[in-house]
Amino acid sequence: MKDEEIPAGEELVCGVENRFDEDRRYFLKQSVAIAGLAFVPGSLVAGGENALPESFGDTENVKLSIAINGKKHQLNIDPRTTLLDLLRERLALTGTKKGCDLGHCGACTVHINGQRTLSCLTFAVMQNGTKVTTIEGIGTPEKLHPLQTAFIRHDGFQCGYCTPGQIMSGVSCIREGNAGSEAEVREYMSGNLCRCGAYPNIVNAILEVKNSGEKV
Amino acid sequence: MKPFQYLRPSKLKAAIEMVSGDPQARYIAGGTNLIDLMKRGIVAPEKLVDINHLPLKKIEYKTGVLRIGALALNSEVAAHETVLQKHPLLAQALDSGASGQLRNMATVGGNILQKTRCTYFYDTALPCNKREPESGCSALEGINRLHAIFGTETENPAKTCIAVHPSDMCVALAALDADVLLSGPGGERRIKIADLHRLPGANPELDTNLERGELITAVEIRDNAFARNSHYLKVRDRASYAFAIVSVAAALDIDNGQIRSARLAMGGVAHKPWRLIAAEKSLEGQPVTESSFRKAAEVAMVGARGFGQNDFKLKLAPNAIVQALLTAAGIE
Ligand SMILES: Cc1cc2nc3c(=O)[nH]c(=O)nc-3n(C[C@H](O)[C@H](O)[C@H](O)COP(=O)(O)OP(=O)(O)OC[C@H]3O[C@@H](n4cnc5c(N)ncnc54)[C@H](O)[C@@H]3O)c2cc1C
Ligand code: SF4
Ligand code: FES
Ligand code: FES
Repeated sequence: MKDEEIPAGEELVCGVENRFDEDRRYFLKQSVAIAGLAFVPGSLVAGGENALPESFGDTENVKLSIAINGKKHQLNIDPRTTLLDLLRERLALTGTKKGCDLGHCGACTVHINGQRTLSCLTFAVMQNGTKVTTIEGIGTPEKLHPLQTAFIRHDGFQCGYCTPGQIMSGVSCIREGNAGSEAEVREYMSGNLCRCGAYPNIVNAILEVKNSGEKV
Repeated sequence: MKPFQYLRPSKLKAAIEMVSGDPQARYIAGGTNLIDLMKRGIVAPEKLVDINHLPLKKIEYKTGVLRIGALALNSEVAAHETVLQKHPLLAQALDSGASGQLRNMATVGGNILQKTRCTYFYDTALPCNKREPESGCSALEGINRLHAIFGTETENPAKTCIAVHPSDMCVALAALDADVLLSGPGGERRIKIADLHRLPGANPELDTNLERGELITAVEIRDNAFARNSHYLKVRDRASYAFAIVSVAAALDIDNGQIRSARLAMGGVAHKPWRLIAAEKSLEGQPVTESSFRKAAEVAMVGARGFGQNDFKLKLAPNAIVQALLTAAGIE
């Protein structure tokens, strides 16, 4: 599903079920947050960024509205939560990988409002109102994304750990118009490291999809 | 990571108030440098002021001046038509930095204020005058392959810092003689990029001359005659996605085979983007030849010194200057 195609009338999802330390205090806060939801205008999720309050929450609990793979979420989170940890630990979207957790390896690459970014180097709360796409959002086992198919055909991976990041980055590389040649792909994919050294096959997979002219 | 309060102002004034009155407060823009530092416990703000909702994103051209908002992303600036047309040097420097993902997150203001990449600065187990004033400089007799060759003072071990400023963008901005626009509790001011960063002197913990709470709002570059003959050369350990060992921003205004004026700045060689004014002057009126460039490189290297592992930069730097000038001139 594309970032833009968030179904308008979709239910707001609350993250309570994924929270592990459901102590009473937390439960109370969460209940208040849910009660408050009825008044949250839809534009908050759709990117009405200027309508945001200047200060809210305390040091352990802030509100977050975010759309992930077309699904809207209203959550209460610790502001220290990175987008990567939110995806993996809170929402169980473990396709996005944690390699270095310091912005060096590209394993955590996701799209924020359609642009490739590193989910380990942004606090989730900073992405309030954005639309995030992860590897789970670009294809399904039944209907793979063209670049996923190309990775399989070209053996674009060995252990597979870097692969979700490679694919998210590769899709952007093509969309940005930076996949015109092998040299260009190598340059614009340099932020995605592969310890298994599958680079030549990754480059070939990206070039094949680019040259096929298929829409990514 | 230490807990912090997260604040998201939408007005400039409110943001400045939040940080200027509180030594424990910090601005955050792209977060690509600050979050890294926070994860490693090197910076531990109690208040994080997210400036991404301030109206500082615009890139505009008006009467001879290109104004780039502090929140413009590195990737947006590098792809901007006016930047490509009038200041391709800046686009080239930006494109050579970090990765596609990071350039989509990093802002102009954050890029200017990023911290050094000296490994000891990040290693809290070892002394570092920048991180922990008066504790000593581990790089001086340690791994200093990537360290400074200009502007260093080592008489006082408790004040020494031989780290380099890691930004590519700032090297181009220095060569383009950009202004940085600041807004702080005391009002607005404008400062030359060359005067924004500082040499370590007696306060290696300070990277810049900004006052507490001062916010970078924009960068301005005036029209110049360098667009046709400029080049950013970045020498690094691998072909892409690595910080510069040395880098050179070279720009020439050429008239009939003669250099009317020149701009030169280097990265990876000093605690700040290193503008080579004397070398620029030495090129004025000279023919566009390799020997003119060699002479300028010699002038540029006056006062340089190595610390052992980085001695090779004493040879690499002048060669890089010559090569950047040759490419800028379209000779090679
Ligand atoms: C793996 C990796 C590789 C990299 N490679 C390169 C490279 O090759 N070349 C290169 O040049 N850079 C490189 N970088 C650094 C990158 O360019 C910087 O991290 C980035 O530019 C910082 O911008 P930011 O908006 O994310 O800043 P932040 O992390 O948000 O902020 C950095 C600092 O600036 C302050 N700040 C931010 N905006 C403002 C403002 N408007 N006014 C006042 N204070 C402000 C913050 O308080 C903080 O102290 C690399 C980074 C990583 C992680
Ligand atoms: S060079 Fe500077 S940053 Fe590096 S250890 Fe010495 S004082 Fe610290
Ligand atoms: S986990 Fe984010 S870049 Fe490595
Ligand atoms: S496939 Fe193993 S790290 Fe890339």
